Amino acid sequence: MSALISFILVLLVTGLSFAGGEIDSSRFLLGVILPYMAMAAFLAGLVYRVLKWANSPVPFHIPTTCGQQKSLPWIKSSWIESPHTRLGVVTRMAMEILFFRSLFRNSRAQLREGPRFLYAENKGLWLAALAFHWSMLVIVLRHLRFFVVPVPRFILGMDAVDGFFQVGAPQLLVTDAVITVALLFLLQRRFTDSQVRYISMFSDYLALFLLLGIAVSGILMRYFFKVDLEGVKQLAMGLVTFSPTVPASVSALVFVHLTLVSLLLAYFPFSKLVHMGGIFLSPTRNLANNSRMVRHVNPWDYPVKVHTYQEWEEEFHDKIKAAGLPLERE
Amino acid sequence: MPEAPPKPEELVQISYDPPYADWRDARVEYRKGTFCYSAAAKNLRYLSMPNPRDWQPFNSDWKLPPDWREIILKGMEERLKKYRSFRLFMDICVRCGACADKCHFFLGSADPKNMPVLRAELIRSVYRRYFTLAGRIFRGLAGGRDLTEDVLKEWFYYFYQCTECRRCSVFCPFGIDTAEITMMVRELLNLVGVNTNWVLEPAANCFRTGNHLGIQPHGFKDSIDFAVDELEEITGIRVEAPINRKGAEILFVVPSADYFGTPHYYTLLGYLMLFHEIGLDYTFSAYASEGGNFGLFSSHEMMKRLNAKMYAEAQRLGVKWILGGECGHMWRVAHQYMDTMNGPADFLEEPVSPITGTRFENARATRMVHICEFTSDLIHNRKLKLDSSRNDHWKVTFHDSCNPARAMGLLEEPRYILRNVSNHFYEMPENTIREQTFCCGSGAGLGTDENIEMRLRGGLPRANAVKYVRDKYGVNLLTCICAIDKATLPTALEYWTPGVEVGGIHELVGNALVMKGEKERTTDLRSEPLHQKEATVNA
Repeated sequence: MSALISFILVLLVTGLSFAGGEIDSSRFLLGVILPYMAMAAFLAGLVYRVLKWANSPVPFHIPTTCGQQKSLPWIKSSWIESPHTRLGVVTRMAMEILFFRSLFRNSRAQLREGPRFLYAENKGLWLAALAFHWSMLVIVLRHLRFFVVPVPRFILGMDAVDGFFQVGAPQLLVTDAVITVALLFLLQRRFTDSQVRYISMFSDYLALFLLLGIAVSGILMRYFFKVDLEGVKQLAMGLVTFSPTVPASVSALVFVHLTLVSLLLAYFPFSKLVHMGGIFLSPTRNLANNSRMVRHVNPWDYPVKVHTYQEWEEEFHDKIKAAGLPLERE
Repeated sequence: MPEAPPKPEELVQISYDPPYADWRDARVEYRKGTFCYSAAAKNLRYLSMPNPRDWQPFNSDWKLPPDWREIILKGMEERLKKYRSFRLFMDICVRCGACADKCHFFLGSADPKNMPVLRAELIRSVYRRYFTLAGRIFRGLAGGRDLTEDVLKEWFYYFYQCTECRRCSVFCPFGIDTAEITMMVRELLNLVGVNTNWVLEPAANCFRTGNHLGIQPHGFKDSIDFAVDELEEITGIRVEAPINRKGAEILFVVPSADYFGTPHYYTLLGYLMLFHEIGLDYTFSAYASEGGNFGLFSSHEMMKRLNAKMYAEAQRLGVKWILGGECGHMWRVAHQYMDTMNGPADFLEEPVSPITGTRFENARATRMVHICEFTSDLIHNRKLKLDSSRNDHWKVTFHDSCNPARAMGLLEEPRYILRNVSNHFYEMPENTIREQTFCCGSGAGLGTDENIEMRLRGGLPRANAVKYVRDKYGVNLLTCICAIDKATLPTALEYWTPGVEVGGIHELVGNALVMKGEKERTTDLRSEPLHQKEATVNA
């Protein structure tokens, strides 16, 4: 149901923005005002979120250790999975952010006759997530060609690598195919995996449909309904130089793409998509396992009511004495 | 009275496919065997906690204060500001589902709300409804849910079906730790007087007498003396076990079950033998007679209140550093909280082993050393004479206890000791040990008899891995370094995997330890005859 609603919503946005792209009076709204507003919401929202997180302190030192601690010199410690140095923590975080280390551990538990548990390899989610995120990064960087003059060399180089397979003209970019397949995989498991289906919500589907809409509209523009790239570049340059114009040559499909991107940007800080920023702050991952080596201070620590030795001795005085244990006060 | 649980073959008739229904329906059926009873009013009063009264979870009226909703929401707001973990973990979950089948309670019960992601969503939905812009405007569509009495009752049910074992956080791509969320929700429930007796009675006891079991100073001395007598019978040697002795070099703190529970007790015998043999200058304390800390299962404040006596007593007795026995959650507190809560321990010295001279660099701030770190250092430096054949009647496996594994990374030390005191050590499958170890199913204050069905369900994944090594290698002893494991795994194993006993690492150390002047050992620490002698004679 929530999948259907989010699908219809994305379709509706697609239809409206396509129609709006055909009508002169709304082209400025969709091509300029909406992207500006979306970018403003994205930046302000993200800053707000990160500040909110950063403003809450980390009162206790709570890393999750996934390997041997640093203890006796002759015991080999796991310097990444249970890091006790700054370098170890940075490496651990890099492994999480760049390669999704923890997701790589994923397995699938099955209960067989006996009873007997089997923990099967299950790297599908890891692979699809990695494929999606890396493709997304490359695609976003590729789009810089629209926003900077001259186009930096690394972007041209990236295109060359991305177009490695040299299929068709314009040549097929690998990331376009990969991101679509990865998104479809991530979407299908929300329907076919009964556990994931049960936990999926409107916003999970919405994010996937938005991303798919963006990917598909982008692919359509590149391979099927050629758009005027000069016009798109003019539009983009106008936006970044704050002298917006909407060239007449820009076709309606561009507005669909731009509107979906704008929605995603505006939605980003207010949804689960903020995980991008959040992972850097996760206290179970970004703290060293040196809890007993270095004192950690709680900024809001306050005194609590305790039961002191003196109170304890007073209450049990006679019994302590009878047992022959030493007393502070005879 | 708790009813007998169903038979194992009935209990495993489960399917991991959740129903099509919407999980946001909060109604919970409080079925016998699957929940813990409420905390007695006297315990709340003793600990100065709010809303003491008589009630039970299966009553329809929980006698909540009239403004309970405001109290909870205010409590949430305060904790969102005080704990980055809480705010972050409310925001960044993408519901990828990687954690779903990592929880022993989900694996044993197939209740979809025991998937860690959904357990967290139980409060995340309330967070979104009241604390995010999207949730305040779009309510249900943004995944928000009103805080109703049914939701509160659902929280109580499921956040007392989490053992804070942190296994899910190992698999989460963002490190979201359900233990953190469970701790927050239990704190919130405490604010309106919704709590369990199995957590708060030990806490109240510990606050008053110094230990969970409520053992008073003379009782503590009696049980230690009893152990000394028994050791004399087994070894012919009379060891000393000083209590509250000022000027000792080391304060030794153990979970109270070690001197009052079985099979913990055999581990206590092992400690006493070891300390005698190396001539350790140490003392027990009848005031700090508990390493465990049920405050961890109640609130951060209670944890701090109960933990305070460890440093206070170390200072009063004038020791140089603290040595801690085999206990799981005690070490979560000692490793990750104690220094922050009740330090700095500048009245202590950086721990150095008086026997080997080894400086325990990893404990240089907190100044508390784990007994397995201490003993493995002794063995490595060849300070102990060990006859591992005295454990030949045991085929041993090692169960990593959750907290030493996932909050400390204490993985190799106990294994090193085991390999030196046993000739037959077998690992369980790799998805079930080390950082991926499965909880006993009874931690975090759930180990009570009225909760037996849920405990057995939660214990299934662990017991099943034990079954694997029992059937393959003939394993008949599971060793572990956690008092709750030792108290509850015998029940779970007897039910799922009969024929496997539970013991501590230092029980096997005691068996193997060759003491100067000992008489010929005819029994192990359980007073069971040592079979291998007969076997030699027969051969």
